[in-house]
Amino acid sequence: MRRVIALLVAVGLGASAIGCSSDTKPRAQASQSASGSESVRGQTITLVTHDAFAVTDSVLKAFSDRTGITVNVVKGGDAGAVVNQAILTKDHPQGDVLYGIDNTLLSKGLDAGLFDPYVSPSLSSTDRTFDLDAQHRITPVDESDVCVNYDKRATTVSSLDDLRKPEFKDKLVVENPATSSTGLAFLVATVAKFGEDHYLDYWRALKANGVKVDDGWDQAYNNDFTLGSGGTGSRSVVVSYATSPPADALFATPPKTTSDVGSVDDGCFRQIEFVGVLKGTSHSAAAHAFIDFMLSKAFQEDMPEQMFVYPVRTDAALPELFTSLAAKPAHPVDVPQDQISANREKWIRDWTAAVLG
Amino acid sequence: MTRRTRGRGAAAVALLAGVPVVFLAVFFVWPVGHIVERGLRPNGSWDLGVVGAVLRAPSTRHLVWFTLWQAAASTLLTLALGLPGAYVVARFDFRGKALLRAAITVPFVLPTIVVASAFLGLFGTRGIFAGVVDLDGSIWAILIAHAFFNYAVVVRTVGGLWSHLDPTLDDAARTLGASRWRTLREVTWPLLRSAVASAAAIVFLFSFTSFGVVLVLGGQRYATLEVAIKRATLDRLDLPTASVLALVQLAAVVALLLSFAATSSRRGVRQRLLATGDVARRPRGRAEHWFVAANLAVMAVLLGTPIAVLVERSLHPTTGYGLDFYRALFDTPARAARFVPPLDAIRNSLEFAVVATAIALVVGGLAAFAVAGRGRGRRPLDLLLMLPLGTSAVTVGFGFLISLDRPPLDLRSSWIIVPIAHSLVAIPFVVRILVPVVRSIDDRLHEAAALLGASPARTWREVDLPIVRRAALVAAGFAFAISLGEFGATLFIARPDRPTMPVAIFRFLSQAGAANFGAAMAMSTILMVVTAAAILLIERFRTPGLGEF
Repeated sequence: MRRVIALLVAVGLGASAIGCSSDTKPRAQASQSASGSESVRGQTITLVTHDAFAVTDSVLKAFSDRTGITVNVVKGGDAGAVVNQAILTKDHPQGDVLYGIDNTLLSKGLDAGLFDPYVSPSLSSTDRTFDLDAQHRITPVDESDVCVNYDKRATTVSSLDDLRKPEFKDKLVVENPATSSTGLAFLVATVAKFGEDHYLDYWRALKANGVKVDDGWDQAYNNDFTLGSGGTGSRSVVVSYATSPPADALFATPPKTTSDVGSVDDGCFRQIEFVGVLKGTSHSAAAHAFIDFMLSKAFQEDMPEQMFVYPVRTDAALPELFTSLAAKPAHPVDVPQDQISANREKWIRDWTAAVLG
Repeated sequence: MTRRTRGRGAAAVALLAGVPVVFLAVFFVWPVGHIVERGLRPNGSWDLGVVGAVLRAPSTRHLVWFTLWQAAASTLLTLALGLPGAYVVARFDFRGKALLRAAITVPFVLPTIVVASAFLGLFGTRGIFAGVVDLDGSIWAILIAHAFFNYAVVVRTVGGLWSHLDPTLDDAARTLGASRWRTLREVTWPLLRSAVASAAAIVFLFSFTSFGVVLVLGGQRYATLEVAIKRATLDRLDLPTASVLALVQLAAVVALLLSFAATSSRRGVRQRLLATGDVARRPRGRAEHWFVAANLAVMAVLLGTPIAVLVERSLHPTTGYGLDFYRALFDTPARAARFVPPLDAIRNSLEFAVVATAIALVVGGLAAFAVAGRGRGRRPLDLLLMLPLGTSAVTVGFGFLISLDRPPLDLRSSWIIVPIAHSLVAIPFVVRILVPVVRSIDDRLHEAAALLGASPARTWREVDLPIVRRAALVAAGFAFAISLGEFGATLFIARPDRPTMPVAIFRFLSQAGAANFGAAMAMSTILMVVTAAAILLIERFRTPGLGEF
């Protein structure tokens, strides 16, 4: 019931909100979607997204019942792989909406011209610092922090510098930035923290200290991290998320209210995930309605325990596990978006040569 | 008579070959050609400079060399372990043999990421054998994992033919004073050679194009061409490099297959095939009992322990043992909404597997008769059929994405695309399993049938079909198992509303928390049980077949 009320409130808010873009074209589209809700009834849209996408059935069903729109979800792997597939199929897109492109990959999608602009009326209810595209081709949905995690039973980590010390010999496992968006976020964090001139020195020191590199988050966390559920990991420090502790607690058997996973509040990278309308869709009104739904309070409050991310809506309440177990990093690294776009490929190349070469 | 047979053969081959050729042209050659073209002709003009650049890069040479030697080593290891196993399964009767035959096929279908996790649990730094061996990041972990996956290929392909060989040939040789070794070398080997070569070719190809095993167990140290193609395509969208590497892999595979064809150009020896019931017997004497026991021990250690680790973990929540993970799979609280309902995943997997098996049997069966015949096109056809095994799943999957996206073949949103992708992998197995059997059919049976006035169709139905039926069932079992476990191509084209069991396992593994990992292990165990049950069921249907003549 609470969710239904939240949804009604969200819809009411959305209708009265005013897009604050200076661009007139997207605003015209925004009003079209608000008034054209009848025309979308019976339509099916396809959401292209990464494997981590999740929504509670009843929340999605409420959207479909209200709008008459059926949502078909296509999951294409890691966020990077999803964006690459979207670029590859640009001429005949696989879907109408793409969710999951983050701020490390953003320029790739924008440069390829994947998205049509849209200003959701609900955007005004979100933290506007996450709104990174002046042309509104993408809309922020959630944020989370890529941080160093550790096994509290075995060790304590207080800064990235610690990891160079002898006591962390053969203790750290990270993800390859070329194959994992988590790894890429951490690489960017080290560039920001140690500077363009010194970050490779840091990585060489990690290499000398026995860092293990895995292809993806699941291998690093499940197989190599000592608290990973495989139970065979030998690494007590892993690059994961500030929200790993609540995930660890919620998915324990049986669920618990504490966690042995610690998260370091140093060198965290704030990952913002976006949604956008794929260019070439013939269901733009329905696509807009879906984006409005992703910004609705119902969806935003459902996200934390589904995807372990924070809402971008300022009025969305957090579940208790998040307030008790996940300390939001106070000082994530600050990297200008254009610096990431300009250097992403170079950083990956240089990192590969330094760490894997 | 011979001339007449040949003339009829050519026409029949053309007819038989038509279906597989069209199928492969549409669902393999065109999509793969399309994606390679996209890489080499980015802006409407061919850019062949990149070919030279990639080929000259030292990293490419390393890749090719590593890919080759690890595949050769894996094949030798698998044959060394598998051939004695094939003999045991073919020649001896013992309790639980049917179950064993099904059980050894189970590893073949397991998702590589799950198996890699089990191997780390055994041989990793904190594994069960920690202190004895630490194979984490070692080449042995990769080789043993390849043997684990491919053991069944050797036992079933070679054992399939071996179980039909007439043991009186051996007895005759022994009676004439030949040693056991000489009998094996001079009597059995010539008869078995084509099946061994077939199995070796498949194991080599599988290891050559190995992806998941090398990705997880090889870490950043070892990479095959397949892994490099995946990284270039999926992670970097560096299509030019991906295309060149895909062509290198394809060229290597073609070269391998051609040399395989050249060495095994002598056909399988025409021989009298017997029903297995006449061949297998209980082990006699101490040596035979030891031999059987030793092979069962190899199977138990190589195949049994990793599976046992998986099952153990699926039953092992934080406190004691229990079915918690299985229960969690089946009740779906709100917070588990991201999960694939397990019954749906099982049903999807089974439905896809049935369709994929049907496609593979029809296309592969027609192709097997064409390849085993004497038409001129049989060599190229044989080669074409094997190519999907040598092509990266990422290349095929991405090829599907950009080439089957508009009418008349707008299949990207259709479920049929999944079983089609599965059948591409299964067809070569069907062909490889059927060809030696078809070739072994004694031509005199055809001649006798023709002499008695039977039409070619009737001859086929009443002579050829009964003989190949059993092999076809073995092939069906393989195709079914391949479809159940196929993950590579499914990942890129899985219909959203129809996730398969391997896809569900993968999704569980991409979330933190013991419950998710346990759910993945429980789902893996269910996948193993479903596979074993399916194979057992298929073998149940097998008719006395060969015993009829």
